[in-house]
Amino acid sequence: MLKLLRQSPTSARIGMAMISLMLIFAIFAPVIATYEETSVVGDVWEGSSSRFYLGTDQIGRDLFTRMVYGARNTIALAFATTALSFFIGVLFGFLAATKGGWFDQIISRVIDIIMAFPTLIFCLMILSVVGPSITNLIITIAILDSTRVYRLSRAVAMDIAVMEFVEVARLRGEGAWWIMRRELLPNALPPLVAEFGLRFCFVFLFIASLSFLGLGIQPPTADWGAMVRENAGAITFGIYTPLIPAGAIAFLTVGVNLIVDWFLHLASGLED
Amino acid sequence: MKQVLWLILKRTGASVVTIFIISLIIFIGVELLPGDVAETVLGQSATPETVAAFRKELKLDLPPPVRYMSWLKDFVHGEFGNSLANKRPVAQQITWRFANSLLLASTAILIAVPVAVILGILAALYRNTLFDKTISAVTLSFISFPEFFIAYILIGIFSVKFNIFPSLAAINANMPLGTKLYTILLPALTLTFIVTAHIMRQTRAAIINVLASAYIEMAELKGLRRLRIIALHAFPNSLSPVINVIAVNMAYLVVGVVIVEVVFVYPGLGQLLVDAVSKRDLPVVQASGLIFAITYIFLNLLADVMSMLANPKLRKSQL
Repeated sequence: MLKLLRQSPTSARIGMAMISLMLIFAIFAPVIATYEETSVVGDVWEGSSSRFYLGTDQIGRDLFTRMVYGARNTIALAFATTALSFFIGVLFGFLAATKGGWFDQIISRVIDIIMAFPTLIFCLMILSVVGPSITNLIITIAILDSTRVYRLSRAVAMDIAVMEFVEVARLRGEGAWWIMRRELLPNALPPLVAEFGLRFCFVFLFIASLSFLGLGIQPPTADWGAMVRENAGAITFGIYTPLIPAGAIAFLTVGVNLIVDWFLHLASGLED
Repeated sequence: MKQVLWLILKRTGASVVTIFIISLIIFIGVELLPGDVAETVLGQSATPETVAAFRKELKLDLPPPVRYMSWLKDFVHGEFGNSLANKRPVAQQITWRFANSLLLASTAILIAVPVAVILGILAALYRNTLFDKTISAVTLSFISFPEFFIAYILIGIFSVKFNIFPSLAAINANMPLGTKLYTILLPALTLTFIVTAHIMRQTRAAIINVLASAYIEMAELKGLRRLRIIALHAFPNSLSPVINVIAVNMAYLVVGVVIVEVVFVYPGLGQLLVDAVSKRDLPVVQASGLIFAITYIFLNLLADVMSMLANPKLRKSQL
């Protein structure tokens, strides 16, 4: 693992540095932040100063504090959603690959139909029915996103399931659960890890977009997407406050993409 | 040729079935609303009379299968019921807004396709040079950026700093086409950036893929110029993935417009849907959601058919 890190290209290292910075902000949010998450401490849209490093937002809260807490909320939510999406997707993907037959057919057709529908529209429609709470948000996005994880893990598991060692395990009388956990999972890990990065980016952008549309995380909780929406009016006065949270979202996704690029490169075994 | 037609027919049939199932999902989704739609939407303060009237309005007093059939029949005839928020017929709002969304999306695609294909060819031609690497880095960033980030940067530069384009794309039906295009230029540009990045990367990859073929080596050995080889030998053979990515991006645009429309307060279908979702205006949500889905599925169908026509190998494949 350490050897692998030492061989990493510059682009991946930059990506790691970018993500580490954000993670530090997220983990140590209460220590780094200079004010409380939701307390009003200054005037509306004050400029950057020694009191407010990044100025203040649309109702006079310290933007730097909001950004730091936003990192925590946004990243944690996206991570939880991606993890749940992977749990669902990999579980059903592996089940489809080991069981095959009608189970595989039914799940695959259902997934085909969900994927034929644009995710954002589907999600908006579900949220209009169930209402936007954080739990609903996580479950809805995780289920919609797990379709992509399902496709990949099923394909990877299909390739592994026909190998001799899986056959041996079957003949030994191991159950489907044991085969999935001990034979399929370890061998399918490299492509799944790269996919995790890609899905995280997608989910992160997706939640940011929903919050931006006012249907994701609800105020006063600090969230980057919602902060862009709240401060959007400033731009027409020539105040660039909304660009700060929007830029942070872009910063994080670029960082993850740089690492994922390297992973994909490793997984494909290309040299050039 | 007969085989191709048969495949296209089969593929179209599958799309129609998908649309049908999705309409069913949209309908059942509203059915699953916890409690009664009427009480949820009207709130606790509603009197029994208003609830009863509302139930009648949504035809909640009929059994579900009957309601589904009549909803579908009305939808096919272009009657989407009345909005719960302003009581106006949904169809009236949707037609105009859908046309606006299509205008925005097609403006973006018309700018993006030539730019992206030319950039892709150039990047393949000058592969691994500084030019290629710069373009790759820039396009990768555009793919990673959220749409609203690009949109606000464009607003910051073009409407705040230089004040040449309006930051709000408020168009109305009486505007001449020229003024309309001028007003929607910034949102169209935002979409163009994202779509161009995707198409350009795919074009570059497709051409580089073809460059490894024997007939390209032959052309090189004949002493042809590289530009000629790429434009006349490699590009036509990489058309299939390029056409496919263009159509897929058109499908993406259908969804991508939602956020850009909200940023620029553009009167499109996406903004209508977002408004309706936050107001829980279910007839509007159902109708606009289904229209989005149909457009998306149709464009994906188009993508498949086009690449089938462009690539003889795909004609033999299964559906």
